[in-house]
Amino acid sequence: MPRWGMVIDLDKCVACQGCSIACRFENNTPAVSPEEALQGRSIRWNDVFPLPIDPAEDKDVYPNVTTRYLTRPCMHCENPPCIKVCPVQATYKDEEGIVRMNYARCIGCRLCTVACPYGVRYFNWYAPEWEGSLSEHLNPDRIEAPGDLEGPAVRPRGVVEKCTFCIHRLQKARLQAEAEQRDFRPDEYVPACVETCPAKARYFGDLDNPDSTVAQLNKSSRAFVELEEAGTHPKVTYLREG
Amino acid sequence: MLKVNPRDKTRLVDPLFAAPGWRFWLAVVFLLAVIGWGASMYLRQLTYGLGETGMDRPVYWGIYMVNFIFLIGVSMAGTLISAALQLTNIEWRRPITRIAETLTVFGLLVASLQLLFDIGRPDRLLNVVQYGRLQSPLLWDANSLTLYILTSILALYLQLLPDIALLRDNCPANAPWWRRALYTRLGLGWKGYRSQWGRLQKAITVISIAIIPIGVSLHTITSWVFSTTVQPGWKSTILGPYFVIGAIFSGIGMLFIVMTLAWRLLKLDEYIQARHYRALGWLFIVMSALWFYFTYTENLTLVAEQEAYEFPVLASKLWGSYSFSFWGMVALMVVAFWIMVVPKLLPALLRRVVVFQPRFALASTGAALVAAFFLISPQPAVTHAALMDLNTNTFGWLMVIGFVACAGLGISFWLKQHPAVSSVAAGACVVAGMWLERWNIVIPTLTHPRLIPYTIYLPSPVEISLSAASLALLALMFLVFFKLFPVISIWEVSEGRVVEDAQSRVEIPLPEPNEPNPLQSWGSRR
Repeated sequence: MPRWGMVIDLDKCVACQGCSIACRFENNTPAVSPEEALQGRSIRWNDVFPLPIDPAEDKDVYPNVTTRYLTRPCMHCENPPCIKVCPVQATYKDEEGIVRMNYARCIGCRLCTVACPYGVRYFNWYAPEWEGSLSEHLNPDRIEAPGDLEGPAVRPRGVVEKCTFCIHRLQKARLQAEAEQRDFRPDEYVPACVETCPAKARYFGDLDNPDSTVAQLNKSSRAFVELEEAGTHPKVTYLREG
Repeated sequence: MLKVNPRDKTRLVDPLFAAPGWRFWLAVVFLLAVIGWGASMYLRQLTYGLGETGMDRPVYWGIYMVNFIFLIGVSMAGTLISAALQLTNIEWRRPITRIAETLTVFGLLVASLQLLFDIGRPDRLLNVVQYGRLQSPLLWDANSLTLYILTSILALYLQLLPDIALLRDNCPANAPWWRRALYTRLGLGWKGYRSQWGRLQKAITVISIAIIPIGVSLHTITSWVFSTTVQPGWKSTILGPYFVIGAIFSGIGMLFIVMTLAWRLLKLDEYIQARHYRALGWLFIVMSALWFYFTYTENLTLVAEQEAYEFPVLASKLWGSYSFSFWGMVALMVVAFWIMVVPKLLPALLRRVVVFQPRFALASTGAALVAAFFLISPQPAVTHAALMDLNTNTFGWLMVIGFVACAGLGISFWLKQHPAVSSVAAGACVVAGMWLERWNIVIPTLTHPRLIPYTIYLPSPVEISLSAASLALLALMFLVFFKLFPVISIWEVSEGRVVEDAQSRVEIPLPEPNEPNPLQSWGSRR
């Protein structure tokens, strides 16, 4: 059973936000109006944000800028603070270590969004809307069972949503292997952000396989995780610049 | 056929059957209007979504949650007054137990309404029952809240039972049929037999014992919803007892307000007297001291450690965007403490001193306001520069504080003579202060997240309307309930009279003169 993890090399990242856009289209994340976005209601499962977080602090002139960028998917923590507090088990960690979200069961109490130290869980304040013909080009994938709705399926109003490591791609890869009557290989599946990244700054794979790239990079002296002191043990690791 | 004491009949039973006056209807219409407005706002929120509130990322919780914690806090008074005092057999509790118990029931009902406002999918509420996950603090909270509501309704009903039977047997001939039917149904065939009384007393004792841990658990668990997360400012071990103390404190404050309203509006001079204010006042002072102790401890540890993520939360309260609500809370609590404590400390002799006069207090307040105005308002450049000098500025604010303290001293004797007014004032201060405290716990942590820019949260008109409607609903529940059932527990008061009568007949021996102490005379020449 693989244990999925991601490594993001900040040395290679050019902050193009391609991952953010790929995620948006892969996962049917609705864009909100500018006023709503200003109020902090935009939904970006894969956020690319500047450090320091206040842009006013960076007073340097190009090319001597000091701003650094960090991209932030869900950390898929080994010890997730969000699933512990969910009163209905709408969010849970599966046996492959992916923190999943069942939109059909979520009651929208938002205790998980409050408990997540990374702020990677988002709430649907209004029903999602797409401008013009965008709504005709949504990703049709969905993972569905009675009382269960996951994947890029369009989320109803009033539920929490988050990065799923493109769980539908994993399911598709598994089904493909099954159809071809062979065993599923962990390298057959990557999330959309990893596939898109033009700088190849993202690596994805099985952390339990000691020979996998992610497992090797995790041992790098440049490796660090965000908010290590929170004790969440994220499965998304960063490689420090320089 | 149960008989009622004629005094109680004219004061408590007859007004229940009198036609309500225009003021009653005016109040009902006003409250219904506010509730109707709130309901329309709730419909709006249901139709469009929670985006109609002021909440956003990262402020995922707003004043609905603040109101929830505040209201369950206010409801704590009932548990404490009626159960704890009942078990310890304290006599003065009798006329106020009914008010306290209704405060618990209605406070809890309106509090649970806040949760309904807050969740994104109220249609899926039953998922909590169907898929309930025992590890979640929110599920503990839901369980505890349900249990607390059921227990407190049962407690209220048990205490009400003999009075309902009394009303059934003393219904005037012209009483409407539905009220007769109501009392007959709810009376459960209570005839006041010895065996019935025995069973009732047993049941009341059992429920009084049960309700105390349930009440404590609800407040503790509500604090755990916050303190079991890893968020800065919330992960504190003393949040549980801090919530319990705060709950009892605000509960007593609210009780002061409600019992005074009942006393004034229903003219209950015979039942609610100065001694009740005095006795509750001592409890209030103890809670006040405990509250200061907990607040100080809670914040001192944060100040001392200055942790990178914790300290900004505290700093925002001390001098940042939440300084107004934090220092407002502290000021209200200090004023409440002053109102209750200082008049008790002043010896009666000091009354002749001229400063202890209300008019002196008025003058001091005026002086304080003028000084504060000078310090805040825009001044000519030269004066402004002089005022902004650190020494002058500090002195100026010390002067304001001094004037306010003088005003407090001046009003003290007047407060001493008016225990009800001072209790209500202190109660109002504490109720407002405790709401601010809940705000200070919930909101600053949310607006100071890690890895996300800090924000400010302001409630939207929808949230404010729903909060106002909740308060109106609370008031309306009281109004209607006390139009149907007696506000004073008639049977408990009658029982109290018997006890008092028996006690007055006991002869207490006069104190004997002291025995001569051999040590006392040692060394003295006689």
